[in-house]
Amino acid sequence: MSFDAVTAVLVIPATAALLLAVLPGYRLTAYLNVAAALLSFLAALSLLLFERPEPGHYILVDDLNNVFIVLTTFVGFTTSVFSASYIEHELEIGRLTPAFLRFYHAMYQVLMFALNLALVTNNIGVMWVAIELATLTTVLMVGIYRTHEALEAAWKYFILGSVGIALALFGTILVYMAAEPTVGEGLNSMVWTTLMAHASAFDSALLNVAFVFLLLGYGTKVGLAPLHAWLPDAHAEGPTPISAVLSGLLLNVALYALLRFKMLLAANPDALAPGPLMISMGLVSVVFAAFMLYRRGDIKRLFAYSSIEHMGIITFAFGMGGPLANFAGLLHMTMHSLTKSAIFFAVGDIAQVKGTQKIADMGGLTVTNPVLGWGLVLGVVAIAGLPPLGIFMSEFVVVTSTFAREPLLALPLVFGLLVAIGALFLRLNAVAFGEPRGPTYKAKGSYAPMFAHLTLVLIAGIYLPGPLVAWFQSVARLLG
Amino acid sequence: MNTLTFDVAHLLAGTLLLVSFMLLYQDRLYALLNVYALHAFVLALSVAWQAYAQDAPHLYVTAGIALVFKAILIPVVLHRMIVQLGIHRQIETVVGIGPTMLLGMGLVALSMVVMLRVTAEADPLAREDLAFALSVALLGLLMMVTRRNAVSQIVGFMSLENGLVLAAAGAKGMPFVVEISVAFSILIAFIVIGIFLFRIRERFDSVDIAALDSYRGERQ
Repeated sequence: MSFDAVTAVLVIPATAALLLAVLPGYRLTAYLNVAAALLSFLAALSLLLFERPEPGHYILVDDLNNVFIVLTTFVGFTTSVFSASYIEHELEIGRLTPAFLRFYHAMYQVLMFALNLALVTNNIGVMWVAIELATLTTVLMVGIYRTHEALEAAWKYFILGSVGIALALFGTILVYMAAEPTVGEGLNSMVWTTLMAHASAFDSALLNVAFVFLLLGYGTKVGLAPLHAWLPDAHAEGPTPISAVLSGLLLNVALYALLRFKMLLAANPDALAPGPLMISMGLVSVVFAAFMLYRRGDIKRLFAYSSIEHMGIITFAFGMGGPLANFAGLLHMTMHSLTKSAIFFAVGDIAQVKGTQKIADMGGLTVTNPVLGWGLVLGVVAIAGLPPLGIFMSEFVVVTSTFAREPLLALPLVFGLLVAIGALFLRLNAVAFGEPRGPTYKAKGSYAPMFAHLTLVLIAGIYLPGPLVAWFQSVARLLG
Repeated sequence: MNTLTFDVAHLLAGTLLLVSFMLLYQDRLYALLNVYALHAFVLALSVAWQAYAQDAPHLYVTAGIALVFKAILIPVVLHRMIVQLGIHRQIETVVGIGPTMLLGMGLVALSMVVMLRVTAEADPLAREDLAFALSVALLGLLMMVTRRNAVSQIVGFMSLENGLVLAAAGAKGMPFVVEISVAFSILIAFIVIGIFLFRIRERFDSVDIAALDSYRGERQ
């Protein structure tokens, strides 16, 4: 039974992608896309209820990746609901043709397949291939509007992503070389559980070099400064549902890959501690992105920089390590995925209502479109980390646990957070309040996904259910 | 360890590195593509030799892919493309040839120091291969940052990728080498088709990346 659930998480999106590539008709394909995403989510949920499969050469399900799988399929599902209404509008105004729409839906499911594969696989080679596939599909979707800006964004993303992926492959080869003398030639030396079991006997020097390559390679995908250059462009120029899955899912999956290798290094007593490297990259990202938030004129680009900031916080928390910081990092990752995709749902609708993404041409949204405007306000209040929403909780735990252990590191972190809050509210004020500015078309998008996410974030901020806390705590222990 | 096996592997990997240096200073696109074809050809020989030395028949597939796809198909297609795009002119390099070569030598020295030190206990064949492979990959990166032309950036990326295939072939008994080289071939095919299908020339009127920089992403 449980094996079926893992297979289902992979087979459903793969089959749906094939079907969507050949089926015509907008409504049918949009519904099919939603149905496939819902089924994947249900399959992922059932992984929680039933017994998990034994780790094999290819498949591994443990507490750690279960969190990621459930989160990925859930956001994948809500985004597909949002995408159905969003894309209809894009078709009407002629930004997309039916042929490109078919391509878009097929690519959406291929992306889901690749993300799920990267998460459930136990093999570091397959993981690399899956992340490469995810990159390729998102590149194609970022460039789908084929405007000058979209193509440049896609090209930049492509080149930087390819370099990142090449470095990650070199790191993967080095891990294999480190494992080969102990574990032996062949497939076993790429199986993560086997690697973990023998990690203490590996050559630590080789592992160290490998980790540096993996950090740079997968770190490019996570969007850590100074490797983030592709991220704002890719978020701003692609269709908004893709911005939501990029921020909410792809960045997480790349971070997941990094975490697996961090655990591997932690299991070797002579290897360098991966924590300080991650802490410094995280801090640089937080402070850098916080300042970059000030001069943004494009609303999607604004929230893309906010994603860099939050990935920095999460990487920082995992770099600190220990049960409390890991717990906070995991919670922050979940909350950020939910909040950021909700914000992008709102931003997508706003861009369609206003017919532009320029902040200068927007204003008074709470007057002209109250539901949308207040939804955005709620989302920004959440992402800025104000109580009583979920991100406040997780940021609070990150900051307090850092103050307890390394007060000096907490100072730049808090500084970055405060700078970011200032920038976000400055822009929010311009967009949501004041005199209405710019044209106002009728909003067509569905608000349900946005409010579903925000409700979850609000509930999490007020009360976290016991089983969820216990689950996250066990993952935090696993991460060491 | 048979010394002849080792020497031939060493010679081929060293030749690959040498050709990487030749790529750095080519300032005409035609010449660049020809040298790249040579690069891929040496890679094919090198991987085939690894297949023979390690007695790993699946590596012959990787060598075949390198020969047919990278050494013949891609250069021919790119050749035709640059004719159609009308850009068979001189390449502008951002840094001069002299500094680029010096930087390249620095990178090779760096990768030798790093790789030979950390792989002290590894199999000598794999060890040399890995050091050369990292040098080739770093030179590819260097080429990507010093060139402004989209086609030469692709050539830089492809030479980087050749270095990775060399590393993967050198790691004894590593699974997925064939799959990885197929995955990379798909990636490269996408880039090449991307330039063509997305009509980078039509949209940007040039394949010069500098021309794309007019859009800085941010206008208040």
